[in-house]
Amino acid sequence: MSTIQIHPAYEGNYEFKWHDFPFLTLSGLEPLTVTPETNFVNVGERTNVTGSRKFLRLIKEEKYEEALEVARDQVEGGAQVIDINMDEGMLDGKYAMVKFLNLIAAEPDIARVPVMIDSSKWEIIEAGLQCVQGKGIVNSISLKGGEDEFIKQARAIKKYGAATIVMAFDEEGQADTYERRIEIAKRSYEVLTGPKVNFPPQDIIFDLNIFPVATGIEEHRKNALDFFQGTRWVRENLPACHVSGGVSNVSFSFRGNNKVREAMHSAFLYHAINQGMDMGIVNPAMLEVYDDIEKDLLEKVEDVLLDRRDDATERLLELAETVKGDGKVREKDESWRENEVEERLKHALVKGIVEHVETDTEEARVKYVRPLKVIEGPLMDGMNVVGDLFGAGKMFLPQVVKSARVMKKSVAYLIPYLEEEKKLAGDQSSNAKILLATVKGDVHDIGKNIVGVVLACNNYDIIDLGVMVPEGKILEAAIEHNVDIIGLSGLITPSLDEMISVAKEMEKRNMKVPLLIGGATTSRIHTAVKIDPMYSGPVVHVLDASRSVPVAGELINKDTTLGYFTKIKEEYQVLREDHANRKKDKNYIPFSRAVSNKHLLSNDQVYHSKLIGNQVYKEYSLAEISEFIDWNPFFQTWMLKGKYPAILEHDIVGEEATKLFADAQKMLTSIIENKELTANAVVGIYPTHKNKDGDLIIEDEYGKELSKFHFLRQQGKKGKGLPNLSLADFIQDDQQDYIGFFAVTAGIGIEKMIKAYEADHDDYNAIMVKAIADRLAEAFAELMHKKVRKELWGYACDETLENESLIKEKYQGIRPAPGYPACPDHTEKQTLFDLLEVEKNTGIQLTSSFAMYPAASVSGMYFSHPDSKYFGLGKIGKDQVKDYADRKDMDLETVEKWLGQSLNY
Amino acid sequence: MEELILKRTERVELLHKLLEERIMVLDGAMGTMIQRHTLEEEDFRGEVLKEHHMPLKGNNDLLSVTQPEIIKGIHKEYFLAGSDIVETNTFSGTTIAQEDYGLEHFVDEINFQSAKIAREVADELTMAEPDKPRFVAGAMGPTNKTASLSPDVNDPGYRAITFDGLKEAYKQQARELVKGGADILLVETIFDTLNAKAALFAIEDIKEELGLDIPIMVSGTITDASGRTLSGQTTEAFLVSVSHVPLLSVGLNCALGAEELTPYLKTLSEKSQFKVSAYPNAGLPNEFGEYDQTPEDMAEQIKHFLDEKYLNIVGGCCGTTPDHIIELAKLAKTYEPRKNDIN
Repeated sequence: MSTIQIHPAYEGNYEFKWHDFPFLTLSGLEPLTVTPETNFVNVGERTNVTGSRKFLRLIKEEKYEEALEVARDQVEGGAQVIDINMDEGMLDGKYAMVKFLNLIAAEPDIARVPVMIDSSKWEIIEAGLQCVQGKGIVNSISLKGGEDEFIKQARAIKKYGAATIVMAFDEEGQADTYERRIEIAKRSYEVLTGPKVNFPPQDIIFDLNIFPVATGIEEHRKNALDFFQGTRWVRENLPACHVSGGVSNVSFSFRGNNKVREAMHSAFLYHAINQGMDMGIVNPAMLEVYDDIEKDLLEKVEDVLLDRRDDATERLLELAETVKGDGKVREKDESWRENEVEERLKHALVKGIVEHVETDTEEARVKYVRPLKVIEGPLMDGMNVVGDLFGAGKMFLPQVVKSARVMKKSVAYLIPYLEEEKKLAGDQSSNAKILLATVKGDVHDIGKNIVGVVLACNNYDIIDLGVMVPEGKILEAAIEHNVDIIGLSGLITPSLDEMISVAKEMEKRNMKVPLLIGGATTSRIHTAVKIDPMYSGPVVHVLDASRSVPVAGELINKDTTLGYFTKIKEEYQVLREDHANRKKDKNYIPFSRAVSNKHLLSNDQVYHSKLIGNQVYKEYSLAEISEFIDWNPFFQTWMLKGKYPAILEHDIVGEEATKLFADAQKMLTSIIENKELTANAVVGIYPTHKNKDGDLIIEDEYGKELSKFHFLRQQGKKGKGLPNLSLADFIQDDQQDYIGFFAVTAGIGIEKMIKAYEADHDDYNAIMVKAIADRLAEAFAELMHKKVRKELWGYACDETLENESLIKEKYQGIRPAPGYPACPDHTEKQTLFDLLEVEKNTGIQLTSSFAMYPAASVSGMYFSHPDSKYFGLGKIGKDQVKDYADRKDMDLETVEKWLGQSLNY
Repeated sequence: MEELILKRTERVELLHKLLEERIMVLDGAMGTMIQRHTLEEEDFRGEVLKEHHMPLKGNNDLLSVTQPEIIKGIHKEYFLAGSDIVETNTFSGTTIAQEDYGLEHFVDEINFQSAKIAREVADELTMAEPDKPRFVAGAMGPTNKTASLSPDVNDPGYRAITFDGLKEAYKQQARELVKGGADILLVETIFDTLNAKAALFAIEDIKEELGLDIPIMVSGTITDASGRTLSGQTTEAFLVSVSHVPLLSVGLNCALGAEELTPYLKTLSEKSQFKVSAYPNAGLPNEFGEYDQTPEDMAEQIKHFLDEKYLNIVGGCCGTTPDHIIELAKLAKTYEPRKNDIN
């Protein structure tokens, strides 16, 4: 399409040239920056009582909820700003403006866009400005009432932090020609940006008056063209400001013919934007795509807009008679309505849509028969989703408040049915009373309200004292109403202390009423450690609203209350003890600091290995292995407490232990004699280098990399002089060292034995054989370790230690196993299995969760340096886990899954 | 008065100059330090409010009047730890917040005295060490009411406070803070931007009334993982909403630890035409609501901001102590401040 020269002085389309000025920025809950690339800011016009009969009716009838739907529709339909106008003779405009803006603030999907406060009354504009937290736009001010008033209003707008529309209007009247438009714009601009106001020029938006065309009145012929030319002049000459207008005016004379109107709007916008108009009030539903306008219609529309022919109006009217129709009909996305009722309720809760909630609740009520089931089922499910999304930062508070409202509405619908049900059940007993309060200093009550609703639905009478309730008031009300339970809620951390002080006060007053604790910052552990000890009555932390019902039930039912009370008190006692034990190493340091606080080897001694590579042992002598057995864990397996051999003489368990030991010996002898089990092993010792990340590169004798092992480092805060250990610390830095690996099993053939016992229903021997095989496997590992120290690696040829000392690990070097405290990552086992070809060499298999099969198997690593020692990794921080995942080239989530128990977050 | 105004003008000029040259250091938590004194009801009351009809324990702002030596001591500790600017003990010094204690009539006194004692400490130390001038920021907290949120879930259109109500309360606070000697006004811990806008409006009024240029710092609070203020605004929307006033700085404080603040500070640093500040909490509170991040750990995280040149002003909020400030001040010394290269 060729460009048409519209303003005689300026060729082509307008190009933005005020690059030295800041952009116009606006905000609702989200920012809107108007840059040259923005092209056009689309202002929604339906929330305007002067332009929409429907909206006027809704406001007049105080149907604000439906009125909000109009606003929501527009934002969903693509409006970037919404214009709100309450100027109507029969309305209290100020009241309506404030009320509507306040309601919008609670609707995040509307409030995300900036608002345009539209009124001809300054009083309404100012009231509106006092309700918006974002930077909106005033629509409008002008020189109509003289310069003094104009200056005063502009200064106030600046102080409220809004942009403003300036109408091309002065003391003489509204600008209706090109010359008047630029004259007024120029004067307004100079006053505003001058020293009396200092209004930011980018915050000035001129409305250059869009008037109807094709009215049949001669003076109106140039209305559109003058606007286009005026726009161009303003944008070329008044730095950084903007041009806007109400587009639907232009097609006023074609009311009733949407097809023509839509074409006119599109064509008007097309030319206006090309001349520099960059904002406008439009109804997106009343816009045709410019390129889709039929050629004939477009030509005639443009003849009118650009005043190209004397008979332009007649020709368009003539054509208009033949093209009628409703134009476009835009549908709102209602596809979610087709889902099952549970899904619909969930959708409504998550999106905060109240529109259909009663219909859906009714459907669910019929489906679930009992109203209570609807609450406990689909409604609670939906609220749980809301809770999860909120926790994950995907919803934010105002949205959650809306969800709560939908919930409340649905429950309100169900209440008559609940009461009906109660009446039918002939329930005459008076309900238990529960007092709820958000503690002093805290204003958050969504959670508390939900708890109240849920409990009320379960036939409890709720006395809700609201928010910021001081302890005295809580306790007095509790006594006055003779309540059965007190529930405290709080969201901010100081509320925790407030709850403690309520508990203390209850104790002081010798109360016995159960105390429930709930709210976002509360926790079971805090309740156990800090609140429970203050009060001798029942104190229960309630995780969420859904838990409040069973807890209240247990506490109020006379048959269960004592048992429950005792159980909870004990539970909290245990929690307190655990906490006291754990508290010592609660502090963590950043990973980078843990790395710098590594263990430094006490000498740079390297123990060269005689063996390089793998050594396999098949069908190893079980008799020899059995000499290395440590029997202590055997008795633990059978839940007998005591040290071997003293346990055999023990007063209480001695006899049982002796019998057990005799059976074990018998079975062991049989296994050895009949070779019922087979023991295989593979050991490998390799040269290694530590890389800069502290991981170990395993090499063959020629220095070729075979594999890589990764290690984790303690991150707990250590005392002075104590290192943050990693197994890698036991390998020399900056020089070649050695590391060994092993996998042993004594469980080959065990399956057959177990099956035989189980077929016989002989559980005792089935467990016995497993216990013995386990002992043999451990013994085999001990034996191999000794062999490695004395022969294969040979770093301790002169070692002479008895079995007793071996068990106490008095020798030099260690053999930690992946999956155990020093290196809890089970996935490293795979690397080890590959390197030693474990499955081929020993018959041990690795399951998908990296467990060894048969279970009577042991695998691990050998470290030779005398500094080497066993340690527990403890918990580690996310910084290390991220780093570790990078090093292992695994995604974070997978690593977190495998290290679950070791994460401190 | 003439002389005082002159001195004030000089200080403000100096403040602007120093901000161009280096990263300035704010103080740490006031509440955490007050807690160390384990004060009881009668300590809060002092002589002057002995007969007051409501409990006053926990009304920390009141201590500027009833226990000024304690508050002065805390200011001094922070200054000596390396703070360039301390905040007055006036977080709840509005008629709105003091209503909880029935002390609306005491608000002038609280603000004036708080500013006065902070000024005294600042002047004393500046005198002793003229090449390290100390400044006082009058702290203006968010109050305990929200202008754009309803406290009643069943009535979302309801408001517990109006813009005008907030504006009047803030005006009173701002006036006394400046009269008492505050160099800067700091609108802080903003969880509802509309409250902050009322404060800014009030300050503009006070500037006109007193005929003074008062540098303003603004500091918002991101409350949760969604990265928004309590009233739902994104960081950038918040910035846009307070940018109509020529601010000294805009920044974030409280609610989160330094690490969690990172993405939001990055946004501010990229978009703000003003200086940028941050004074995070000492990490996130543990299950007991205590902050246990050590000074070293906090410094480690703040270092990140400085590496990225996000900041012009740094300090600490809940759980931070003079020990934290010592670490932050050490760090701040070795870094260049953020430069405003926004258009």
